[in-house]
Amino acid sequence: MIPNWKVSRVTWRAPVLAAGLCLAAALAATAQDGGAARPSALASLVIWMPFILKGFGLNLLMSVLAMGFATVMGVILGFMQISPVALIRVPARLVTHLFRNSPWLVILFAIMLLVPFQMTLPGVGRVMIPDWVKATFGFALPVMANISEILRGAVLSIPSGQWESAESLAFTRGQTLRHVILPQCIRRMLPPWMNWYALLTLMTPMAAILGVDEALGNTQAAMEAAGARPEFLIPFYLFLMTIFFVFIYPLSVYTRRLEKRFAVAS
Amino acid sequence: MIMSPTETWSPAQPIVSLHGVHKSFGTFEVLKGIDIDVMKGEVVCIIGPSGSGKSTLIRTINGLTPVSKGSVKVEGIEVHDAGLDKLALRRKVGIVFQQYNLFPHRTVLQNVMMAPLLVLKENRKEVEARARALLEKVKLRDKEEAYPAELSGGQQQRVAIARSLCMRPDVMLFDEVTAALDPETVKEVLVTIKDLAGDGMTCMLVTHEMGFAREISDRVYFTDAGRIVESGPPSQIFDKPQDPRTREFLSKVL
Repeated sequence: MIPNWKVSRVTWRAPVLAAGLCLAAALAATAQDGGAARPSALASLVIWMPFILKGFGLNLLMSVLAMGFATVMGVILGFMQISPVALIRVPARLVTHLFRNSPWLVILFAIMLLVPFQMTLPGVGRVMIPDWVKATFGFALPVMANISEILRGAVLSIPSGQWESAESLAFTRGQTLRHVILPQCIRRMLPPWMNWYALLTLMTPMAAILGVDEALGNTQAAMEAAGARPEFLIPFYLFLMTIFFVFIYPLSVYTRRLEKRFAVAS
Repeated sequence: MIMSPTETWSPAQPIVSLHGVHKSFGTFEVLKGIDIDVMKGEVVCIIGPSGSGKSTLIRTINGLTPVSKGSVKVEGIEVHDAGLDKLALRRKVGIVFQQYNLFPHRTVLQNVMMAPLLVLKENRKEVEARARALLEKVKLRDKEEAYPAELSGGQQQRVAIARSLCMRPDVMLFDEVTAALDPETVKEVLVTIKDLAGDGMTCMLVTHEMGFAREISDRVYFTDAGRIVESGPPSQIFDKPQDPRTREFLSKVL
């Protein structure tokens, strides 16, 4: 530990400094523009908007597919985690903890490099695996592990009396899970599930590092193609952030409302 | 589906029969050798101080709590047999708990219908008719579309009784079913149980309602520290208790 090291000063000064520099750069760039017949930064943005939005479409597609996969696999893993059979429970617990406690980017790189870019399927021949599919899989794994934990927690939070009365009515374990426990878990799982969906969507630009043409990659490509002028930085990135915000914010408001409603109901 | 021991059982024999039942949780021995025989149509109450093992005792009868030693038989079926057909046993034995344990995400009618539909795979129309008749019997026909959270404790407990009865059991177990209720709703539940006993249902109750035990029972068992101290018809247990522990307990609660 370094004595007298003021975290607060560093944390607020750095972004303000960065923002100031960006603004100054943009202003300077505009000033230099002079009478040149180049389109303004804003006009460039308008031209490139459809391209960026198309990239955002891929972000949405990746997030929906990844969430679907993560939900199905996470629920299966979660049920495996509460199995009375150790041979089922222990591997499920291992997989859950492995993917829950690894950095997302590391998982993403591992999947990108470990999964081949093409596979030969019997009867189909060579099938190419696009990068964005691999990235989707990479995003799904950590979310899957977290959903597995959410399910396990939700099942454990159901009072033991529910199990006992179902058992006394001659329900099998499977019937009890399906008709008594799971329906009660869904209510408890919905808010954290939506939370994870929002997080997952916000993580999808990481795919840009690996060359997937999603919104962030397209934004950078657009700025490059439009002449790579420094005054592009603020409007282009601001636009990108705004698209995500417009999509995610209503979701998070709705999640909070659901949480409140369930808190009142139970 | 019918197991061979069932065929050898005849109604002249006890419908529920416990012999030398021991149960330990870790090193703590809750039941230290219990013998009870209940004939078909009998109403039996188990009374005694808290922690005497009454609830554990009644839960061994439908196999919810496995015994450590001894034998528990229902209609000749050994409950704690490794090869037990649990479905066969649980069709014969219904149980109602202190905390009702209704399924909160289902309506009253659905709660009552669920087990016969899912477990017995019976015809929906028949089950529905039976469920409605049972709700009529527990005087909750007008609440069939309500959810458990919308009902009072006493109403929930009556739904729980109807839910158990819809499986058409031969024996009903009641585990302190009025202990969690408000005093004013206790009576409606007791009336329901009394009606049931009047219809000839074999009932075993763990209860703290001494007046009710005296009124309804054919036989009362007084338990203390995992043993049956004294048993007999209610007039004997309540008016002429033989054992000093019974006398001490009754002097505290009556």
